[in-house]
This record gives sequence, structure tokens and C-alpha cells, in this order.
Amino acid sequence: MTSPPAVRTEALSCRFGEIQAVDEVSLEIPHGAVFGLLGPDGAGKSTLIRMLATVQRASSGDAFVFGSSVTREPHRVTPRLGYMSQRFSMYPDLTVAENIDFFATLRGVPRAERLTRAASLLTSMGLAEFAGRQAGRLSGGMKQKLTLAVTLMHQPDLLLLDEPTTGVDPVARREFWRILAGLHRGGTTVLVSTPYMDEAERCTDVAFMEAGQIRHRGSPQQIKQLVPGTLLEVAAENPREALAVVRRAPQATSVHLYGDLVRVLWASGADVKELDRWLSGQGLTATVRPIVVDMETAFAFLADVGVGGGEPR
Amino acid sequence: MSWDPEALRGTPVNPDAAISVRGLTKRFGDFSAVDGIDVDVPRGQVFGFLGPNGSGKTTTIRMLTGTIAPQAGQALVLGEDVIRHPERAKRRIGYMSQKFALFEDLTVDENLRFYAGVYDLPPERFAAQRRYVLEMADLIGRENELTANLSVGWRQRLALGAATIHDPELLFLDEPTGGVDPVARRQFWDLLYDLASRGVTLFVTTHYMDEATHCNRLAFIYRGRLIAEGSPQQIRRDFISQRILEVSVGDPDAALQWLEQAEGVAEAYLSGASLHAVIGSGAQGRDELAPWLTGRMREAGFADVRAVEVDPTIEDVFVNLVSRQP
Repeated sequence: MTSPPAVRTEALSCRFGEIQAVDEVSLEIPHGAVFGLLGPDGAGKSTLIRMLATVQRASSGDAFVFGSSVTREPHRVTPRLGYMSQRFSMYPDLTVAENIDFFATLRGVPRAERLTRAASLLTSMGLAEFAGRQAGRLSGGMKQKLTLAVTLMHQPDLLLLDEPTTGVDPVARREFWRILAGLHRGGTTVLVSTPYMDEAERCTDVAFMEAGQIRHRGSPQQIKQLVPGTLLEVAAENPREALAVVRRAPQATSVHLYGDLVRVLWASGADVKELDRWLSGQGLTATVRPIVVDMETAFAFLADVGVGGGEPR
Repeated sequence: MSWDPEALRGTPVNPDAAISVRGLTKRFGDFSAVDGIDVDVPRGQVFGFLGPNGSGKTTTIRMLTGTIAPQAGQALVLGEDVIRHPERAKRRIGYMSQKFALFEDLTVDENLRFYAGVYDLPPERFAAQRRYVLEMADLIGRENELTANLSVGWRQRLALGAATIHDPELLFLDEPTGGVDPVARRQFWDLLYDLASRGVTLFVTTHYMDEATHCNRLAFIYRGRLIAEGSPQQIRRDFISQRILEVSVGDPDAALQWLEQAEGVAEAYLSGASLHAVIGSGAQGRDELAPWLTGRMREAGFADVRAVEVDPTIEDVFVNLVSRQP
């Protein structure tokens, strides 16, 4: 008998009056995945996460966490998950150690385990020296780490993280992901929403959500391979002139300016050297180099060439 | 290091620059939000002002728009002294914030009319400016739609239209792309480049390091101080002495643990399916660095390891600079 996936949703929907926040999402998250949920504000990411966390009722459909229904048996679901919402939800006037102890008590963690786990979490997150500091006086990055520590005290099998790194500085952001990598090694399944496309690259699976629906889904590698053609970067003395010249090339499927450089998606099958010839044929001196497709570029170019839906805006 | 943070200190403010600032300082109680900034922003450029939340970006913009007064320093905006005469530059600058500051219960047209009033646009110029803005933002045919019914991407473009209804020479954009998707974000940047090509100077703050590549010039602000300034290419070349290897290996988790302990490796982190290892400036030449690391990793049991040197990202540079701050 195979064990059920960490998360399975079946036509999961949530409606707020006129607004269809989550629209029949069917999705599976395997055990041990670091699953990245991407999409703009208002796409429905938080609502989807809140339904999995059993704090928001589904309008229709259902979701199963380790095989248990979030609508019919939430009491089986909650002990196995840790949920971190977007807002800082610790008591600002309690210390770091007091917050951890208080929330672990609510989660029913026995006293003896509370002390040893708190000590090891504080150490591994670099919070030990701040144990006596009031939570309200921590920096943004440390607040996020404290919240994560609190979320981990009852050793959940599934972590639901709603934009844990938004606005956190890049150094703290990297450290946060290092901690997630450690949890991933230990077998925890992680569902994390983020507006940062570079964080998507650190996930094992990603889904791009928009208007309540999942538009693309796959490993970062698979998503990038959907981009048809080669991404090239053109450097020229006059970037605007280069932009106009490249736009006229028949093999150019999508062309945009990035600062002083022009990025062009060169049709698959077309020889990259043809761009050099096109540029010199138009009397332009420029250097062309292929660049690696990152996730942000992938999603933007996928929309341009119309792969996998996405209505015009 | 080719950039000298004190190069402008003590030099006179430059009236030809779009923005020229010397020793600009703002304290709230005993907290220095902005701590002695010196910078010149040339006209007609897309100038990126990068830093994490709370680093002083918004406070700087509020001083440059004449909204709050600094405790010390000088600031010229379009040649006008904004500290002594905050009203003088007002009609020549535009401001757009992340919150979009649109009235959701007003129509597109009503919002534009409101902002034309705020910026004292003469009525005889309104029709032409309105037409230009509606075309730019691709809002023709939606003039009478309620703003609340527009998607985030449309609202963002309307907010840009409202901020430029009076045809400003300098536009301040405070985190303009927070919370929008990659497609809307890129369309938005296309619009900004159109403005720049007409000679408008753009001063853009963002905490998205990857947006830095959209700018002609960048400054990093951290804890109220500038820690780097230059073109994206200069910053990637001059501000990091370390080199970065992209490491591909069958078991990245085990390799990450190994790299974190390895001598000569300053930092290691996951980057997609591969790893990035930051190597301190050693003696290895251009072609020696990758074999140096892969040789050691093979000895450690990672038989299938491959490594290639890659350019640092803007975020790599930022993390590196911050880790060197006292």
C-alpha cells in the first residue's frame, strides 16, 4: 500500500461574495517536496494555504493532508502541520524564549521536550543569544526566524509558509532558505508562497497561480524548458537603437530592454549566429551572448509566446 | 575597490544633476534612518535605489520630495533647494508609491482629473495629457471603469499615469512593482523605458535585487548609508572580490553540507537544482578555479561533480557587501 501524498486537493474552491479567490484547484504535493507557490498579489495563494491550514473553510471541493480531509477531519490535520501566516503573530512584549514556550504549550508539547527542542532550535537558527530579548524588538529577519522556530516546536510533517521572506533583507533571506534546506533534508514537506522568482529556483516543484487557478506546474527545470528558443543578450552603444533593430529580426519572438541591454528570445531552430549577421547587416556594432533562463524570465516569456494560457491584460 | 564612498563628501551640490545630495541625514529619536548620504543622479537615467525594508529608501524619497525635512545636509532636486523651498520643484516632479494611492471608488478618468488638480496642471493642457496617459497605460475604452474593478497590473499602470499626468521631469517610484506578476512587471518596465527615452529621470526604489538589471545606475543603501554605487555591470565587476562556482552534483544536499565546511569556501547555497559556492579571492587563475574545487570534491566522494564559474548576481554582491559592514 502506498502512503497518500503530503497534500492532495480536489477541485478546491473558495468564494468571497463575488470574488472566486480559489477556483477548482486540483494539485498534489509529494512527500518531502519543497513546493513553491508563485503568483501576484490577489492570485489566491494565501487563501489556498489558509484552507490547507484549516483556518479557512472551502466553498466547495476538498483537500487532504496526509490523507485526512481538511473539511471533515481537521483535528487529524492540525497536529501534523505548522502554519506561518504573513503577519508577525508573536507577542511583542514576551521574550523570544517565552513566545516559544507559550506556543509549544498550546500545541501540547511536553515540558521536558519543550526545553531541549527550544534550545536546539534557538542554536541552529542563531537566535540563542537573543532568547531574552522582547520579540517586538527583533529585526525583520529575526522575527521570521522566531516565528519559524515557534512553528517547528511540535515537529510538524508539513510546513505551510505564507510569504515568509517578503521584505526581509537578502542576507536574512538566504539564511532562512538554508534552514529550509535543512528541514528538507530531514524529510519535512514544505509549501511556501513567495513573490520572489529567484526563490522559486530553490524549490523542488513550483506552481504559478493567477486569478485563483494554477497556470503552470512543474520542476523549475521543466518550467524553463517550456521556453521555446534561446535567450540572448545584446550589448550595444545605443540600447534603444539596438532594441528597434532586434525587434525587426524575423527570428525574434520577444524583445525587451533590461537597463542598457536588450534581451531577445531567439526562435528555436534558428542559428544564434544569425543575430550577429542581422545586427551587422543593419549596420550595428554589438556583442551577443547567450544567457541562462531564470524563472522570472521564463514566466514573462511564456506569457509572451502564449504557452499555457494566461489571458491578455 | 574603485568606488570611494567619500568621493563626493565636501564637494558642492551639482545643479545640473536631476538630484544632488550631500550629507543628507534624518534621525527619528536616536535612530538614524538616513545617515549622511552623498549622491548625484544624472538627468535622463533610470536610477535604482536598492536596499532591504527599513534601510532608509522611503525616508530618502520623502526628503527629496520635500515631504519631511532633514536634520542635516543639502539636497538639490532639478536644481532647486528642496530643503529651503520644498514647493519650487513640486510641479516638476511626480511620485508613485507601492500603495498606488488611487481612489478605488472613482473611475479611471476621475482619478486622472483628481491628480491633474493635485499637480496644478493647467486645464488647457489636461485633454492632451489625459489622452497621452490613457494611450500609454493602454486604458483607452476603460475611462469610465471603477478603479476597484481593474486588475493589479492595470491599476499599477493607472497609478503611473496619475503620477505623470503633469508631464514631470523627474519621477520618484517607491517600490512600484511589489506584488505584481512577472508579466505585468515587465510591461511596467517597458513603460518606464518609454518615459526615460523622452528624457524623464526615474528614481526607483526596490528591494527586489533582480530588478537592478533594469536600471542604468544603482545605489545600495543599507542601514541608512550608501555602500555601493555604479552601473549594474560595474557593481557586478568591482564590488565583489570573491568568485562564484556553479556546482552540479547528483546529491546536492550532501554536497551543500560538505561545501559549508570546506576550506576556502566562504559561502554555499542552493540555486535551483545546482549549488553556488562562493570562493574567497585565491590564487587560482581563470581556468584553475573549477578544477581546484571539483578535484577536492571527487576526493570527498562526489564522483559526478561538475563546476563552472559564473558571474555574480546583484544579490551576491549585496550579500557580500553587507557581510563586510562593521
